[in-house]
Amino acid sequence: MNAAIAQIGLGPYLTVSAALLVLGVFGIFLNRKNIIIIMMSMELILLAANLNLVAFSSVLGDLSGQVLTLFVLTIAAAEAAIGLAILTVYFRNRGSIQVEDVATMKG
Amino acid sequence: MMVQLVFYVFATILVGSAAMVITARNPVHSVLFLILAFFNAAGLFLVAGAEFLAMILVIVYVGAVAVLFLFVVMMLDIDFTRMREGLQRYAPIGAIVGCILFVELVMAGLHWGMSPVMPAPITGGLGQVGGAATNTGALGNLIYTHYFLLFQLCGIVLLVAMIGAITLTLRDRPMGRRQIISRQHARKRAETLEMMTLPLGQGTDDNGGFIRPHGSYYDTAVPGSYGIPASENRAKDSREGDAE
Repeated sequence: MNAAIAQIGLGPYLTVSAALLVLGVFGIFLNRKNIIIIMMSMELILLAANLNLVAFSSVLGDLSGQVLTLFVLTIAAAEAAIGLAILTVYFRNRGSIQVEDVATMKG
Repeated sequence: MMVQLVFYVFATILVGSAAMVITARNPVHSVLFLILAFFNAAGLFLVAGAEFLAMILVIVYVGAVAVLFLFVVMMLDIDFTRMREGLQRYAPIGAIVGCILFVELVMAGLHWGMSPVMPAPITGGLGQVGGAATNTGALGNLIYTHYFLLFQLCGIVLLVAMIGAITLTLRDRPMGRRQIISRQHARKRAETLEMMTLPLGQGTDDNGGFIRPHGSYYDTAVPGSYGIPASENRAKDSREGDAE
């Protein structure tokens, strides 16, 4: 176990991570009309998962958690790039990115 | 004691800036608070002993993803006041869901324990991978051996994301000044250069001018290139307008 995290313990890390997760979910509900803030909330949720992985990796002395964090970072970056590209194209075509306007595929 | 102080400073600012991300009125402020949250998360990573991931978080998230968000927020002309209409309506539902989630997480955290008979980590202990002394070295030893396939798949995911983003946003502008290589190669010297012997006291204007080609510019220009409209009709219109 890392010396620094031995003094703090796993509990505070998990608490901070849980708070981040809850804030991310709350942000999705709070900003239901603003899709950019929804994507930022998703980033917060992924950050909470990363924090959990790193804390457990440090406490258990297993480096696999940090490797998984690296993969999660990669996927999150790809997701943000694709999502923002779709957003830009949609705004170019429709002139608006209101969430409730995106109902064309409802049939 | 010092470590705990550092941890709680980072954790407090992280949670506070995350709260500001979702409640800020201006989306630009949201992005800036997101950057602050990423910096503090990198600090927490450092406390946990994951130096490489902390640096990656700052470089990739703050340097690329958050700036990408900033670009999009500033580039799109969005009516943000209309987007905040349903805030009061959805806040109670969100608060209820958030509270339930948090209580569930706390309950799971209180009644949870590690198994006493945990198997040893398959990759060896922290810092023991391949005898590397640093976190970065140990991570590299692990990525390029045990997780090599997943690492390569991550590269493929990034490649696909890059191609997808370019394909989605690439726009073929009809008025773009495009280079036509064959046309450049087919040019003769006589079309572009003419030696004139000018008498003393006379300029090029008195000898027919020096604008090349001699005819109208629109006769030789290719539609769709160099500021000429792509369609034939519009090119004709502009030629007639030019003649008048």
